[in-house]
Amino acid sequence: MKNTFIGTSMERREDLRFLRGKGIYVDDLAPSNLLYAVIMRSNIAHGRLKSIDASAALKIPGVHSVITAKDMPGGPPIIPMRLQPLPEFKPFEQLVIADDKVRYVGEPLAMVLAESVAIGEDALEVIALEIEDLPAVPDWRAAEKNESLLFEPAGSNRALTFEARKGDADAAFKNAPYVRREQLRTGRHFGLTLEPRGVMAEWDAASGHLTVSGAAKVPFFNRRILAKQIGLPEEAITMIENDVGGGYGARGEFYPEDFLIPFAARHVNRPVKWIEDRRENLIAMNHARESEADIEIACERDGTIIGLRGFVHTDMGAYMRTNGAVGARNIPQFMGGPYRVPHVKIDSLLWMTNKTPVGTYRGPGRYEGSFYIERLLDMVAHDLGIDRVELRRRNLITSAEQPYEIATVQPTDARDQYDSGDYEQALDRCLKEFGWNDKAKLQGKLIDGRYHGLAVCCFVEGGAAGPKESARLEINSDGTISVFMGSSAVGQGVETVFAQIAADALEVPVDRISHVHHGSTTTVSDGYGAYHSRSVVMGGSALLDAATKFQAAIKDAAAKRLGCNASEVRLGEDKVFGPGGKSLLLAELAGLTVEGAFLNKKHTYSYGTHAAHITVDAKLGQVQIVDYMVVQDVGRAINPMTLRGQIIGSLVQGLGGAMLEHLQYDEQGQFLTGTLADYLLPTAGDFPNLRCIVTEDHPSPINPLGAKGAGEGGIVAAGGVMANAVANALQSFGVQPRQLPLTPTYIWELVQAGQRQAAE
Amino acid sequence: MKMPAFEYACPETLAEAVALLASHDGEAKPIAGGQSLLPMMAFRVAQPTLLVDLRKLAELRGIRISSDGVRLGALVRWRDIQDDARLATAHPLLADAIKHVAHYQVRNRGTVGGSMAHADPASEMPGVAVTCDAEIAVRGKSGTRTIKAADFFLGALTTALAPDEIITEVRLPAWPANRRHGFQEFARRRGDFAMSGVALFYDLDAGGKAANAHVGVIGVGDHPKRLAAVEAVVNGQTVDEATIAKAVAAASAAVEPPDDIHASAAYRKALTGTLVERALRSAAA
Repeated sequence: MKNTFIGTSMERREDLRFLRGKGIYVDDLAPSNLLYAVIMRSNIAHGRLKSIDASAALKIPGVHSVITAKDMPGGPPIIPMRLQPLPEFKPFEQLVIADDKVRYVGEPLAMVLAESVAIGEDALEVIALEIEDLPAVPDWRAAEKNESLLFEPAGSNRALTFEARKGDADAAFKNAPYVRREQLRTGRHFGLTLEPRGVMAEWDAASGHLTVSGAAKVPFFNRRILAKQIGLPEEAITMIENDVGGGYGARGEFYPEDFLIPFAARHVNRPVKWIEDRRENLIAMNHARESEADIEIACERDGTIIGLRGFVHTDMGAYMRTNGAVGARNIPQFMGGPYRVPHVKIDSLLWMTNKTPVGTYRGPGRYEGSFYIERLLDMVAHDLGIDRVELRRRNLITSAEQPYEIATVQPTDARDQYDSGDYEQALDRCLKEFGWNDKAKLQGKLIDGRYHGLAVCCFVEGGAAGPKESARLEINSDGTISVFMGSSAVGQGVETVFAQIAADALEVPVDRISHVHHGSTTTVSDGYGAYHSRSVVMGGSALLDAATKFQAAIKDAAAKRLGCNASEVRLGEDKVFGPGGKSLLLAELAGLTVEGAFLNKKHTYSYGTHAAHITVDAKLGQVQIVDYMVVQDVGRAINPMTLRGQIIGSLVQGLGGAMLEHLQYDEQGQFLTGTLADYLLPTAGDFPNLRCIVTEDHPSPINPLGAKGAGEGGIVAAGGVMANAVANALQSFGVQPRQLPLTPTYIWELVQAGQRQAAE
Repeated sequence: MKMPAFEYACPETLAEAVALLASHDGEAKPIAGGQSLLPMMAFRVAQPTLLVDLRKLAELRGIRISSDGVRLGALVRWRDIQDDARLATAHPLLADAIKHVAHYQVRNRGTVGGSMAHADPASEMPGVAVTCDAEIAVRGKSGTRTIKAADFFLGALTTALAPDEIITEVRLPAWPANRRHGFQEFARRRGDFAMSGVALFYDLDAGGKAANAHVGVIGVGDHPKRLAAVEAVVNGQTVDEATIAKAVAAASAAVEPPDDIHASAAYRKALTGTLVERALRSAAA
C-alpha cells in the first residue's frame, strides 16, 4: 500500500465545519408550518394515573393540541429491548407514554403541540393532573422487600438475575488460604451530552413517507422499531442523522420521544420538533452505573487470585430500556478485568426502582467492575504485605494465555474471550512514563498541608460488537469518491478516520475522498451504528471490503469502455489506464457504486494501565490531581491524535463519575439534582495534568485492520484509581473508600472515622 | 425552561423606575445583570409580569472611595470591583471575596445590587456586607432610606426590601490601615456556591492584640451572619495558635447548617471551623 494515512495524526475534517458554525444540529432545522412539542412529565415517582384534563390548555392561543395515551389507537406501544431481549424482561418494558401507572419522576404523560416552546410550557402549567400516590421504591433495598411493586403482574421488583460463572468458585473458596469480603458501591451518574436530545418528524401525506431527523447511534434499528409501532413499512421511513453534541451510549437509543414526535407529526399532519431541555435531559436520558457489590476475593498467600464470588445489586430504574441490561451483565462478567481469575461465581440482580431507567454509558459495567476489583486488590496487597504493583503484575493475564476465556453469563449464555495483548508491557510502560519509582516515596506523605497518594490500575476495554457493518463507495461526477457508512457519528471523528482508511485502501490522496456520509438510513442497505467502540473495527473493516470490490468494479466498467480485459486495467488517482496508452477519467464512471460488509462475532479487547498522583486536603476532603497517565494499547491507531482526544475525554468523564457527578433522589423518589448547579459536571479547571500514550504493540487478530475498539478505555479504571489513590494518601488514617463519588463529605467522614478509631 | 410572558420597561430615571415597580402590585421586578433572576424565570420559579431594566440609571453606577469608606453603586459589576486597583487598600476584604464569585462570564454581568436583592445564602457580597456592617441605601415611592446589613437579610432569597424599592448603593465603612482580614470559602468546584465561607477582620491595637473582630459566615444558614462567639474569642487576644484553636471550636459550635445534596451538616460545621482557622492564619500572616 503506497499511502500511510492510517496511523497519521490528521486534523479532524469535521472541525472546520463546527468551528465555522456550519454544523447542523436537529434544533437548527425549522421547516415552515412547524409545531413544537413540549412533554408533560410526571412529578410523582410512583402512582396511578387517574385523569389528565387539558381543556384549559387548549384554550391558550397558539396551543394546537394535547396528545395523551388515549389518542393512540390500540393504546401506546412499548419500546422493545435492543440488546438481551429476553422474555423475562417483557413485563418491565416501557410504554411510550404512561396510560395507567407512573413509575418515575420524568415519565411522559402528555404532549403539547404549540406554535412555540414557551406557549407549550404555558400550557403545561394549566393541565390538571390527578395521580394517586403509591409508596415509592427509592433503591434496591426497598425493591428487594417487594412491599410496593412497580409491576404488579410480575409479582416481584427483580427483573432478572444474571449469573456469571467460571470454574468451581465454591470449592476454590473452601480451600483458599485468604479471603476478603467487601461491600462496595458505585454512584448513579450518566452520559450527559452537552447538546440535549432532539427529534423532528415530517409526514408527507401524499407519499405516505415519514422523515425523522435527530437519529443517532442506531438509526437502522430504531427505524425497525418505529415502523412496527407506527404501522408503516421500513422503506416509508427515513432516519436522518444530524450533527450531535455527544453520544456516550445514551444518545440515539430508542426513547419515548422517538415514537411520540413522529406519531404527532402524522397525527396532526404538520412537521413537529421536540428539543430536550436540560431539566428534561437529567430525568429523561438514560441513567447509569448505580450498583452495589457484596463481593469476596480469594487469594493464595503470595497474592495469586483464586476467585471472585458474591452478589451485585444493580438499580435499573423504572423500566427495562433498549440496552438497560448491558451494564448489569458486564459487571460480573468483566469484574476480573485484565487479571487471571480462575473461579468466578457472581450473581447480578436487576432491581426495578422508581427512578429514571438506566442504559449504557461509556464502559458500561466495566467502570463499576474495575472499581470493585481494583479496590479489592489494594486491600489484598495491604493485608498480605505485597507491593501493589507486584500484586497486579503477578495476576495479569500473559500474552501466552491469549485468547483468554472469561466468565460465561446465563441466561444469555454470553461467552467471551480476550483477543490478544501483553498487559504487563502496558503496565511497565505506564509506570515508566508516569515515573512511578520516583514518586513512590511520596505515598502517604504530608507536604504543605496535603497528603500525597498514588495508585495504579489495569483495565481491558471491549469493542467491535457484531454482527455486521456496511460501507459503500461511489464515484462522484467530478471524479472524487464519496464514502457511505452504516456507522454513526457521535463525536468520535469518524468522517476523518474513514477518509483515512478509504484513501489508504484505494491508494488515492485523502482529499479525493470528498464526503463521508454516515448514520442516516439512506447511506447503505443495512447499518448497525455506533456503540461498543465498534465504528473503526466494524465500519473500517467493511470499508476495506467495499474498497476491494469497488476497485474490481471500476476495472470491469473501465474494461468495457476501453475494450480490454479487466486484468489489463490499472487504476490511477483520477484516471483509469488501459493497454496501449488508452485512459479514462474516473469522472466518466460517475455513479458507479459498490457496497461492502464486514461480519464478525468476536470482540476486540484493547487494554492498558492508569496511574495517578493526587493530593488530599484531609480537612476539606478535597482531592487534586498532580499527574495522571493512561497507557492504552489499541492494536492499530488510525488517527493517534483523535484517539488521544477520546482517551482524555473519556478519562475526564470517568473522573467526573469518581469525584463529582451524582444523580440523587430522596426517599419518595423525588429527583434532587435537576440542574447543572446540582449535578456537577467536570469543568475545564477541575482535572488538570492528564496525559495519555497510545501504543500499537498487539494488533487484533480478528479484523483486517488489526484495530481494537478504543473509545472507552479512559473511563474504565478512573474510579478505582481515584479511590485507591485517596486510600494511599490517607493511609495514616486507615481510610478505605468503599463508594463513589468521593465527595468532600465522604472523604472527611472517612478521616473522622479513622481518627476516632485511632483514639480508641 | 422557557420564560413566561412578561412586559419590559427601560426607564430613564430612578423616579420612573420606582413608579413602574410601585404600579404593578408587587408583580414587577428590577433587572440589572440578570444572573440570578433570568434562570429563576426560565424555571418559572419567578414569574414577574414586568421587568424594569435599570441599565440606563447612571446614578447607580460607580465605585466612590472616600475617608468615609467605599460606596458601591448598585449597578457596579464584579468585574468593576476586580478592575479597581484602589480597592486593594481601600477594601481588601471585598477585593478578595469577589474573586470567588461564580465564573468569569457571571462576574462580567452580575451586579452588587442584584446579588444583595437576590440574597442567596451562599453569596459573597451579602457576606461581606454583613461582616462589615454595611448600609444599604434604597429608594422607593415614599423616598429614600438606609437599612443596616444586619437587618436587611431576613431569610433565603428574602430581604427587607419593599416591592417598590430599588437598591441604590451599598456603603462599606472605611478600612483602617491597622486592619487584618481573611476570606476563605470552599465549593465542590471552583465558582460553585460555597458549602461554607468565612469573611473576617480585626484591628491590631498598639500592643499587637486583636480588637473589633468581625467574623461572618455564608452558606451555612439561610442568610449570612456574624458569629459573636468567635469574635469574643478573638477580641483582646494575640492571634496565635491557642486563639485560633478556640476560634475554630467556637465557629463549629456556632453554626447549624442544613444537610443538602452537596454536603452533610456535620461536614459543614467542621468546614466552617477549618475556614475560620485558615482565614485567621492568613489575617495574621
